[in-house]
Amino acid sequence: MSLTAAVKTLRIDGRDLSGRQEETILDVARQHGIFIPRLCEMEGLSDVGACRLCLVEVKGQNRLLPACVTAVEEGMEVTTNSDRLQKYRRMILELLFTERNHVCAVCVSNGHCEMQMLAQGLDITHVHFPYRYPKVEVDASHDRFVIDHNRCILCTRCVRVCDEIEGAHTWDVLGRGIDAKVITDLNEPWGLSETCTSCGKCVHVCPTGALFEKGRSVAEMLKRRQFLPYLTLMREENE
Amino acid sequence: MSKKRLATVWLDGCSGCHMSLLDMDERLLALAGIADLVYSPLVDTKEFPENVDLTLVEGAVSSEEDLHKIQIVRERTKTLVSLGDCAVTSNVPGMRNPFGRKAVYDRAYRENVTFDPGIPTQDVPALLPYSRPVHEIVTVDVFVPGCPPSADTIFYVVTELLEGRQPDVSPRTRFGS
Amino acid sequence: MTPEELEQIAETERAAQSQFQQRVHVCVAAGCMSCHSQSVKDALDQEVGRRGTKESCRVKGVGCMGLCSEGPLVSTSTGVLYKQVAAGDAAEILDSLEGPAVARLVCRTDVPFFQRQQKIVLENSGVIDPDRIEDYIAAEGYTALIKALTEMAPREVVEQVTKSGLRGRGGAGYPTGLKWSTVAKSVGTQKYVICNADEGDPGAFMDRSVLESDPHRVLEGMLIAAYAVGASEGYIYVRAEYPLAIKRLRNAIRQAERAGLLGANICGTRFSLRLDVRLGAGAFVCGEETALIASVEGKRGTPRPRPPYPAMEGLFGQPTLINNVETYANIAPIIRKGGEWYAQIGTEKSKGTKVFALAGSVQNTGLVEVPMGISLREMVFEIGGGIPEGRKFKAVQTGGPSGGCLPESCLDMPVDYESLARAGSIMGSGGMIVMDQTSCMVDVAKYFMDFCMTESCGKCIPCRVGTYQMHRILTAISTMSATKQDMSMLEELCDLLKHTSLCGLGQSAPNPVVSTLRSFGEEYRAHIDDHKCPAGVCGQQENGEQG
Repeated sequence: MSLTAAVKTLRIDGRDLSGRQEETILDVARQHGIFIPRLCEMEGLSDVGACRLCLVEVKGQNRLLPACVTAVEEGMEVTTNSDRLQKYRRMILELLFTERNHVCAVCVSNGHCEMQMLAQGLDITHVHFPYRYPKVEVDASHDRFVIDHNRCILCTRCVRVCDEIEGAHTWDVLGRGIDAKVITDLNEPWGLSETCTSCGKCVHVCPTGALFEKGRSVAEMLKRRQFLPYLTLMREENE
Repeated sequence: MSKKRLATVWLDGCSGCHMSLLDMDERLLALAGIADLVYSPLVDTKEFPENVDLTLVEGAVSSEEDLHKIQIVRERTKTLVSLGDCAVTSNVPGMRNPFGRKAVYDRAYRENVTFDPGIPTQDVPALLPYSRPVHEIVTVDVFVPGCPPSADTIFYVVTELLEGRQPDVSPRTRFGS
Repeated sequence: MTPEELEQIAETERAAQSQFQQRVHVCVAAGCMSCHSQSVKDALDQEVGRRGTKESCRVKGVGCMGLCSEGPLVSTSTGVLYKQVAAGDAAEILDSLEGPAVARLVCRTDVPFFQRQQKIVLENSGVIDPDRIEDYIAAEGYTALIKALTEMAPREVVEQVTKSGLRGRGGAGYPTGLKWSTVAKSVGTQKYVICNADEGDPGAFMDRSVLESDPHRVLEGMLIAAYAVGASEGYIYVRAEYPLAIKRLRNAIRQAERAGLLGANICGTRFSLRLDVRLGAGAFVCGEETALIASVEGKRGTPRPRPPYPAMEGLFGQPTLINNVETYANIAPIIRKGGEWYAQIGTEKSKGTKVFALAGSVQNTGLVEVPMGISLREMVFEIGGGIPEGRKFKAVQTGGPSGGCLPESCLDMPVDYESLARAGSIMGSGGMIVMDQTSCMVDVAKYFMDFCMTESCGKCIPCRVGTYQMHRILTAISTMSATKQDMSMLEELCDLLKHTSLCGLGQSAPNPVVSTLRSFGEEYRAHIDDHKCPAGVCGQQENGEQG
């Protein structure tokens, strides 16, 4: 296949852009500074299309497509930010806020939280769905890290980074629907995990304050995400 | 032009939003130029008056007293503002919700009390089953999240509303801000 | 196995069967088994033994005869169908083989329930012994496979299926021929066929009945499909709640392997297929094809975004054909008699027959197979025999939790994929629940929403939290504590889930709500405005409080 055949030209929000055929709409948008909200997607991890925040409109398609897993196609016309998409994104984020107990004011990630920032960016000044107030646990059994399930949004970044990058597969998901939760090993306390290498990757990919380092107080937990693209780049070069 | 009638209400919150309001410093004088503070924890009126143009509500609705009060406030107010995270999300007061009312009572009035432990039946208003954001109880017109919203934000929101404009809140504050 | 050998087996079996002048068939599918048909069969066997008529009278366990509500069912070679038979009736039934029928047990078969049916998928159900491959072979079993393998190129098999107009019977109604040709054209080192037997709609038991009554038919369909698309491995994904179906399926696989109809070099050709059964652990979402594939792979059963579709990248990343039990069960007759024959049945866009599990407020509940295009009125009032105890028809629910409730005004609508979709419901896998005036539509919507909420896998946010919120609102409505804001929130959520959920479960979860809001909006309003449940089902309840 020639080099030119692998390049697709498309239009995103009225801008004529191009991307390699294996790239997704989100990849190309990101390269050109077009912001599409997302919480489950993360560069360097596999894509699951679960948070539904990156849904975009593609001309000629009667359904909305997740930008993180939709490959670019020649002549595609993408709208990333219509009123309808904004409305859906606001609703989805609001639903997340109602699901567990997100108290930004006392959160270690206050001011550095992806969900909090997205909410502000989408003009969410309040949540019009009623809150659930479920009783969920905090597991502080690990020496260095804590998981506070109150703040977990089930993006599964921790599950994927642990499996795909660290290769430990300590994290996984237990249960279904609204009762689903991330677990370590076979739902044992994190501190007792025999597979956890304490590498801390899960903590730093976590978009909220659900995973954090011990000893961090309100607003003190800064996540260092740069390691992931760097690691994947180094691995690709070694291959 | 006659002065607008402004009120502030303190429900279940830490009073931080009121402190932030006071942080406006000299701008309080400007505010006093365009509005009369007709009811507030900061003034001495006992009864919430009729015909209030703008009421800022701090705090979640947690007790029967809060519930009673917010209903009167809503009836007598043209524009109701949920000020701060407790009013907007129930925030810290809402952290009791997963545990239930009984657990809160037991911890406060039984477990940590040595002299005559027991749940008070007089003088202390009963807790509602859940501490809830104001808009789940009454209609709220404007939401100003933040813990607390900054004095700048409050000043901006209040002046905009008093001058008949709809404030654009999001760029200035957010949950937890 | 050569065509000649197969014919030999059929001849021998037919000869053996014709030796019996008297035949008694006892239903041993799950419906009748649950009301002790096994003890009826044992009693009949014993009585035949006692009378010493074993040489002339054959008592046979067979699959489902359809009218499950009247089980245990027994049919005889004198053409009589007996209902609600007990073990103690054995002697009388045997006596009736040479005399008048046992009047008190006779179940009339000259009624629309039996007369209006047209059996293709269920042609052997209630006729053959599901535990004996010979019985299936005697009923033209595996001749379609032999025909495909010896007389047809894979391409020609796909052509016949395409010509038949058969559409997926699992719910979505995707053209089967198109799916097959996509998989056939896909390139992969290994291709797979999968049979989706994870039947999960409440009240639906079409697939279970087929597997229990005629398992070889499904195997034959899969074999033909595998040959057509070039697959050499396959899985049947059955829910573990179907132990009898699993047992019969496993038995059928063993028998087919022994007969050389399954395994390596089938019928002496280069075509091989290894089939294995995989058990589902009770997750409804595993009926969704990508979730099912994940489950077969040994992963958590959650769906993933499509494309890529399984036809291109399915099981273990390879091209995979997934069809439902009933779809596979249609294949052998199509190959035997030709696609054109099949295309004559049904409507322009929905060909063939469809098996329905008729349930709820009708006289006759059970399994029926009818040509596509039959009207809902015929289904409910003729086949179903109408609403019992003079009550008034209210709605018919099709398609399970993904379907909708159709009111009286839809009764004259033909039952086909397009008409049902236009009316706000779906064909689904074939569940059909009839409701009368005593059913509250809010309560029905709440029931299905509860189902979707419980069965949501939890992967995507709209479905995971949205179904919870919708269920909360429906609960509030049914306890007369909902407000007008709740109603607008409910409508908002219907729209959100439909357009943003990851898979079909979430996308279609609002359907029961949307369809009841559309046709029975006044019932919702009565709950909210007047705090009344017109059907008298919902009552006021205290709001629960923790602690």
